[in-house]
Amino acid sequence: MRLVGRSLLVGLWFMFLTLPLLAVRVNTITETVEWRWLNLVWVGLGTFILSLALALWRQRSESQPQRDDGEGDITPRWRERLFHDQTVYRPLLIMALLATLLLPWLVDIYQINILVLALIFVVLGLGLNIIVGLAGLLDLGYIAFFAVGAYTYALLNINLDLGFWAALPLGGLAGAFFGLLIGFPVLRLRGDYLAIVTLGFGSIVKIVIENEDELFYGAMGIADIPRPGLLGLDLSLDQSTLYTYYLVVALALLAIFVTNRLKDSRLGRAWIALREDEIAAVAMGIDMAKCKLSAYAFGAFWAGLVGVLFAARNTFIHPNSFTFAESALVLSMVVLGGMGSIVGVTLAALILVLLPEYLQGLAEYRMLVFGGVMVAMMVFRPHGLISPSRRRYTRPQAQGEEG
Amino acid sequence: MLELRNVSTFYGPIQALKGISLSVATGEIVTLIGANGAGKSTTLLSISGVAPPKRGEILFEGSPIHTLPAEKIVSLGVAQVPEGRRIFPQMSVRENLEMGAYLRRDNAGVARDVEKVCELFPVLAQRRQQLGGTLSGGEQQMLAIGRALMARPRLLLLDEPSLGLAPLVIRQIFATLQQLNREEGMTIFLIEQNAHQALKIAHRGYVIENGVLTLSDKAQTLLDHPDVRRAYLGG
Repeated sequence: MRLVGRSLLVGLWFMFLTLPLLAVRVNTITETVEWRWLNLVWVGLGTFILSLALALWRQRSESQPQRDDGEGDITPRWRERLFHDQTVYRPLLIMALLATLLLPWLVDIYQINILVLALIFVVLGLGLNIIVGLAGLLDLGYIAFFAVGAYTYALLNINLDLGFWAALPLGGLAGAFFGLLIGFPVLRLRGDYLAIVTLGFGSIVKIVIENEDELFYGAMGIADIPRPGLLGLDLSLDQSTLYTYYLVVALALLAIFVTNRLKDSRLGRAWIALREDEIAAVAMGIDMAKCKLSAYAFGAFWAGLVGVLFAARNTFIHPNSFTFAESALVLSMVVLGGMGSIVGVTLAALILVLLPEYLQGLAEYRMLVFGGVMVAMMVFRPHGLISPSRRRYTRPQAQGEEG
Repeated sequence: MLELRNVSTFYGPIQALKGISLSVATGEIVTLIGANGAGKSTTLLSISGVAPPKRGEILFEGSPIHTLPAEKIVSLGVAQVPEGRRIFPQMSVRENLEMGAYLRRDNAGVARDVEKVCELFPVLAQRRQQLGGTLSGGEQQMLAIGRALMARPRLLLLDEPSLGLAPLVIRQIFATLQQLNREEGMTIFLIEQNAHQALKIAHRGYVIENGVLTLSDKAQTLLDHPDVRRAYLGG
């Protein structure tokens, strides 16, 4: 009975919360206000039922005896298997890869275009994951490095007539250089202060581009950026999109592979140690300055790299593509995915880009649902979709059979 | 092995150390005792390179280290157990130990030393896979000491290992330090507020007050010294 009461309250609370969005509609033409009470009833009823079901489910799982595997942290079995049992995750990975490769033949060109954008954000998410997820340096202006990459390609193309492939590594390096540039002054900053400086840096880059007409073509943006070339072949628009798709798939795979290797490297462990406790990390003999700078450089490198691809895909870039909202979006990917988790960040990036696209059927409510999903995620999985999987060690004698 | 000559360290305009001179010989346990804010931790941070001195010299095995960055000093064989333990909470006990050996490249040797530390602190062996943050205070302190040992130091610096621990655990940890000193010949520089325990295991001791050394003698003598008894031992 108590549960029903609480669920009722939850339902009422949600009705109140969504009142301005769902119930009130201002008709700007006739200048009247429409009240759609029926919507509100549905919200109330829906959240009531959901909340009740959740409460009952919780009650049931609490009344069951807890399984103790004697390890301190109790993780669901299926997850354990999913990430640590090769016979389970190998086929899954191969299937996912096959699906990615075959997808363009199954869906139309519009979908491929969205997927390209989603994969660009996957690479961005993985790059920021190095800075925020592994090294623990909060960065609110990450998209600036993306802008640096995009503008590097655009400007090199206009001024020096450089092609996509020549600009790709240069864009990455330019990103890394700007990473170092922001890295130096913030070496001694932490937490809130670091967040503010990076926020400022992100804004500065955008504002400089916007206001410098001579060099960066300012608020006009840069148009007619060539698409990625394939051995000088003349590609149609569709073919080019397809080609871009495979390029970005390759880039995302490379990013996944490299960041995964980095995570388990000496440098990666130093980053994690730095994130966990800076003073202790220094006491262990970790060179803090080198470590932080390399995190910025590595993270920004990916943003610069994929920025070139972004410019080539869009053929038009404008400072408004690189606002704080984009930085926040990439940061949400890292947080939603689970700090430091590569699988998590990849999934979160796909979800965060694809969800709003495919929710377009919901028209005006799409951002509401989007926000709802984000809130729900943080409530039910505060450590992200996939909390960073911990490497498990088994004692040598425990795996005696395999040898 | 370690020598401080007239070391003065500043935090901005505030002078925390006012010309400290002390020495630690090989195979010794030397303790530095003093009240809150006397400059104990600053002395340690000056040695380890985290808060480099503005004036004076610090020599380790005859060569100056006060101009070197912190990581270089660790690589010379000076490991520290920082104040408040500061273990890595999201890493397992084993990963914490391995971080202590960050500068070493001999994986087999590191694995052997993990076992050695686990022998020294058997409770860590049981908790090997457990996350550092879930250990009790005493276990965390043992882990912090073990982690410092993983660097195979010749000089071990400890900053208040007794902080916030139960008397029984403190005795246990100090006994282990003494054992390390006797059996492995580990040179230990121990900073403590718990003067009684520290002086009981140390060979020599220094007393610091307001950034200046006021007393320096054999540990036993300091234990009986009226000033020390009044100020730190409660009568």
